[in-house]
Amino acid sequence: MKYISTLTLLLIVCMTGWSQSTYYTKAGYVKFFSSTPVENIEAENQKLTVVLDTEKGKLEFAALMKSFEFEKPLMEEHFNENYVESNTYPKATFKGQIKDYTSIDKSSGDVTVVGTMKMHGVEKEITAKGTLKETASGQYQLDSKFMINPEDYDIEIPNTVRDNIAENVEVTVKATLDPLKK
Amino acid sequence: MILRFLIAVCIGFMPVALVAQDDEGSLLDLLGEEEPTQEFAKAGFKTTRIINGHSFEMNSHGVLDFKISHRFGRLNGGAYELFGLDQANIRIGLDYGLTDWLNIGVGRTNVNKTYDGFVKLKFLRQQKGKKNIPISMLLVSDMAINSLDVPDPPTGEYLFTNRLSYTHQLIIGRKFSESFSLQAMPTLVHRNLVPTPDIENDVFVIGAGGRQKITKRLAVNAEYYYVLPDQLEPRFKNSLSVGFDIETGGHVFQLHLTNSRGMVENQFLTETTGVWGDGDIHFGFNVSRVFTVHRPKKKHD
Repeated sequence: MKYISTLTLLLIVCMTGWSQSTYYTKAGYVKFFSSTPVENIEAENQKLTVVLDTEKGKLEFAALMKSFEFEKPLMEEHFNENYVESNTYPKATFKGQIKDYTSIDKSSGDVTVVGTMKMHGVEKEITAKGTLKETASGQYQLDSKFMINPEDYDIEIPNTVRDNIAENVEVTVKATLDPLKK
Repeated sequence: MILRFLIAVCIGFMPVALVAQDDEGSLLDLLGEEEPTQEFAKAGFKTTRIINGHSFEMNSHGVLDFKISHRFGRLNGGAYELFGLDQANIRIGLDYGLTDWLNIGVGRTNVNKTYDGFVKLKFLRQQKGKKNIPISMLLVSDMAINSLDVPDPPTGEYLFTNRLSYTHQLIIGRKFSESFSLQAMPTLVHRNLVPTPDIENDVFVIGAGGRQKITKRLAVNAEYYYVLPDQLEPRFKNSLSVGFDIETGGHVFQLHLTNSRGMVENQFLTETTGVWGDGDIHFGFNVSRVFTVHRPKKKHD
């Protein structure tokens, strides 16, 4: 009997690893927008993966670079081939922690996330503001808008197109997260 | 024994549980394996021509490509001709992507005052993912109309159909890596009119072309067409061209050296007279400028 209870205890310990309050989506939306007097460049990706741990306030994103869609096919080709080099660095990821998670204002849902963005093989600390709200249907709604600088990620911009690409690119994220069932 | 074994199994699972709880672990791992996405090979060449002939690349749906091409005179013309720069042959053309897999184009060149039109169909696309296809295959059909004046007075019967030449080409190509692409082009040229009865109307040609990128925006291209023996008069040679592609945003500049003067299929395939070894080399360039004139609705799956 003693052995059995020890075994049960061990099994429970084993199981706890999976009993997190995890929410996710594989169909989140991310857009980036570069605005200069010469031209505006916009790309959308509808396949953003987002995972949220509601217990600890951890948040992670992953986006396939090749899933970004541009208005001009040639822009998309150059984006993948010359700028982010999607074959070598297929994904951009973000791994962050919601600041002061235990004391966030649930009614406004305002959050600040601090974490590491990895893109084009370069990691950089960023801080993004946004909102995170629990909906009536038991989902989490996430919205955020922040700026990134392509040059921080060693993305080279040749002089000939320097005027076409903004120094700071606006990133918009929208995602509805469902509970992760195991 | 059994219990010990079970405990051992359980302990074996412990690290997994610990990793899942570990602060450094990735939440993304909880989602498990990603489904493979279907990916088409793109940008095997910078533009839709290698130098004179078609590459396996297409204009995307809704993209209009304005092409201006020049071939100067021969380098062996010497300083008096400024190494050929005193003469120039030109072709002005417009290519359009009806869909991602069907392109059409028209052009006009001063060589024999020729109008040309083509249809280019990509019927197999190199791709990987759930389905793996290692090569792309295309068909290009081109018609050229020689519009030179009938001599005055006419020396014989002049029919419109005598002005026509057709080229049908199969392109089998592969983008081997980010920087290297290669293609083979079995080709048939049909001339409706040839100078004498013992000259073939149909000419079979086998072409090969490739590109090697040097930097992200600079590539070296080469193209060679081998005319199967005993089809052309001896004065006509095989066409060999080498050059650079330089890409600057919406433009692609192609600078090259070639022994062909013509820029339309039937001209460079069957009417090339230059010999590389004798310095009958033409400097030339193609400038391609693309415009997105139609934006197809985005598909989301």
